[in-house]
Amino acid sequence: MAIFLTRDSKVIVQGMTGSEGMKHTTRMLASGTQVVGGVNPRKAGTAVDFPGGVQVPVFGTVADAIAATGADVSVIFVPAAFTKAAVVEAVDAKIPLAVVITEGVAVKDTAEFFEYAQKSGTTRLIGPNCPGLITPGQANAGIIPADISGPGRIGLVSKSGTLTYQMMFELRDFGFSTAVGIGGDPIIGTTHIDCLQAFQDDPDTDAIVMIGEIGGDAEERAAAYIAANVTKPVVGYVAGFTAPEGKTMGHAGAIVSGSKGTAAAKAEALEAAGVKVGKTPSATAALMREIMQGLQG
Amino acid sequence: MDLYEYQARDMFEAHGVPVLGGEVAVTPEEAFAAAQRVGAKSGGVVVVKAQVKTGGRGKAGGVKVAKSPEEAQALAAQILGMDIKGHTVKKVMIAQGAKIAEEYYFSMLLDRANRSYLAMCSKEGGMDIETLAVEHPEKLARIEVDPIDGLDEAKAREIIAAAGFDEADVPALVNVLVTLGDVYAGEDATLVEVNPLVKMEDGQIVALDGKVTLDDNARFRHPEHEVLIDHSVTDPLEVLAIEKDLNYVKLDGNIGIIGNGAGLVMSTLDVVAYAGEEFTARDGSHPRPANFLDIGGGADANVMANGLDVIFEDAQVKAVFVNVFGGITACDQVADGIVKAYEILASHGKNPKPLVVRLDGNNAEKGREILDGAGLPKLERVDTMDGAARRVAELAALAV
Repeated sequence: MAIFLTRDSKVIVQGMTGSEGMKHTTRMLASGTQVVGGVNPRKAGTAVDFPGGVQVPVFGTVADAIAATGADVSVIFVPAAFTKAAVVEAVDAKIPLAVVITEGVAVKDTAEFFEYAQKSGTTRLIGPNCPGLITPGQANAGIIPADISGPGRIGLVSKSGTLTYQMMFELRDFGFSTAVGIGGDPIIGTTHIDCLQAFQDDPDTDAIVMIGEIGGDAEERAAAYIAANVTKPVVGYVAGFTAPEGKTMGHAGAIVSGSKGTAAAKAEALEAAGVKVGKTPSATAALMREIMQGLQG
Repeated sequence: MDLYEYQARDMFEAHGVPVLGGEVAVTPEEAFAAAQRVGAKSGGVVVVKAQVKTGGRGKAGGVKVAKSPEEAQALAAQILGMDIKGHTVKKVMIAQGAKIAEEYYFSMLLDRANRSYLAMCSKEGGMDIETLAVEHPEKLARIEVDPIDGLDEAKAREIIAAAGFDEADVPALVNVLVTLGDVYAGEDATLVEVNPLVKMEDGQIVALDGKVTLDDNARFRHPEHEVLIDHSVTDPLEVLAIEKDLNYVKLDGNIGIIGNGAGLVMSTLDVVAYAGEEFTARDGSHPRPANFLDIGGGADANVMANGLDVIFEDAQVKAVFVNVFGGITACDQVADGIVKAYEILASHGKNPKPLVVRLDGNNAEKGREILDGAGLPKLERVDTMDGAARRVAELAALAV
């Protein structure tokens, strides 16, 4: 099963013919993902050769690509200035899942395309400024390296890309059902709560790792959700305990202002909801290791 | 990017928000000349306001009323150079004096929780709005603004009604809110706050103060915002990092930190700070992170070398921790960058500082081989993030 992405997912790439698009389409194909098309109006009707003798056709629009291939996932690599137009096009074509990898998207654009997608009711957005998601052994939609960890029964949701990789690496002996990098921007399409809900409902997920970071109150709200709705064991990690107030730490969302949004407040809220919170990524992995061993024993 | 009040005032004026006269001055003499012009409309009365990007300047003595240009000059001389919560006052705004009848509050901001925009408005302005929100939430109207529709006239009426304003003030307030909404959308702001928004004795509604935060990611469509960037207050190491296009934030400790990805670097700061508590330097201090530096995804050798270069420039740094998990970033590139940074350092006749490196993920084996083969002085490789953090803390404690 897994969440949002399976071996049956048919993936198209908006911005496939750019350098990032080419690089990561190559990787997605290499990990067994069904990449069925690219979108570029100027190169419609052509096809791009990838290693292993794979040819991927290029379509003029997302709608054309869906009509021709039955695609149900779009991975978006277009530059920040054009991301809103790309997402709007994907939503108009009613793609069920759009994964926005692009970083540096203006938050007004994200606010507008998120609202647009909400009103359409047909498209789940992941990102922007995220590494995408991977269901190891089945499919990979984004830039998470497929060779870090194989399939397993842990679900992972994280604001941070490299912490996703780090945690997958730490727990690679158990493996993952699906790992979702939701992104660290102030406005994101899919939240911790969306993923927690999906993992709770996924019969192939036994336990969940949730990685958050300073800024906003998404972790606090996730904690409330867990307390009320999640029966599977959840382990948490929050980055940014020692970050000074008022300084942006790379992610536009990662800024502490006033008393809200601190790592301590988030960790406290999670622990109050019964989530075991690790002090470091390794300590968090150790907590999950105990849980998985307990479930197996 | 946060704007100064005078910049926000000018931006408001350009969008048709009613404001009073105001000019910026950097010397007492300029303040005198500005007060002559600005005070002409208010019987010679002006307000000399310290321009700092922090609150509480009134309490700190950074806002004073002057009844003549001479007095404005004298007050400017007092206020310029003043320290307000660690911010040195380098500019003052000379604002036209106002006969205030009532003070209100308005703001529009990004609502992360609802992934939308939020407008907040109150008939009770002037005071600390956080206090009002806690003590009298019923007096602060909170209305969602649809990002696609924006703050149009209908929405302005809804906000004004929710805040409970008198019917007579509605037309003027609608104009103020709609034009402030224009500032928010048109300038790609993430915060527009007016505290106080005032009704003057003659009935006019005026934005008497302004706080604006602009979205740095939107700069591509606002080349005109370039002039608003404040270069004067930035840390010299941060300036060097900007020149090298690095995502760097100066902190106050003595362990230089480089990693890839904002989350991993934040996590590295934490792990190093925890490890630092286990080690005590001779002066009794505990080692702490000296900076945040994210070389990003897919960083090549040049980015790594530039990053180390900036960190080696920091005189406070006693030891450095390079913590990379190669996802897209290839660890052999990171290793090449470290070797290159050492070469740059040697070419400047400088000695390296103790350096602890942890590499995992993409091409980690290759990267480790490069480092082991290069035989770089003072460089140690440690295999785990926690182990490396402890080692670098130990080295920093020994070096103090």
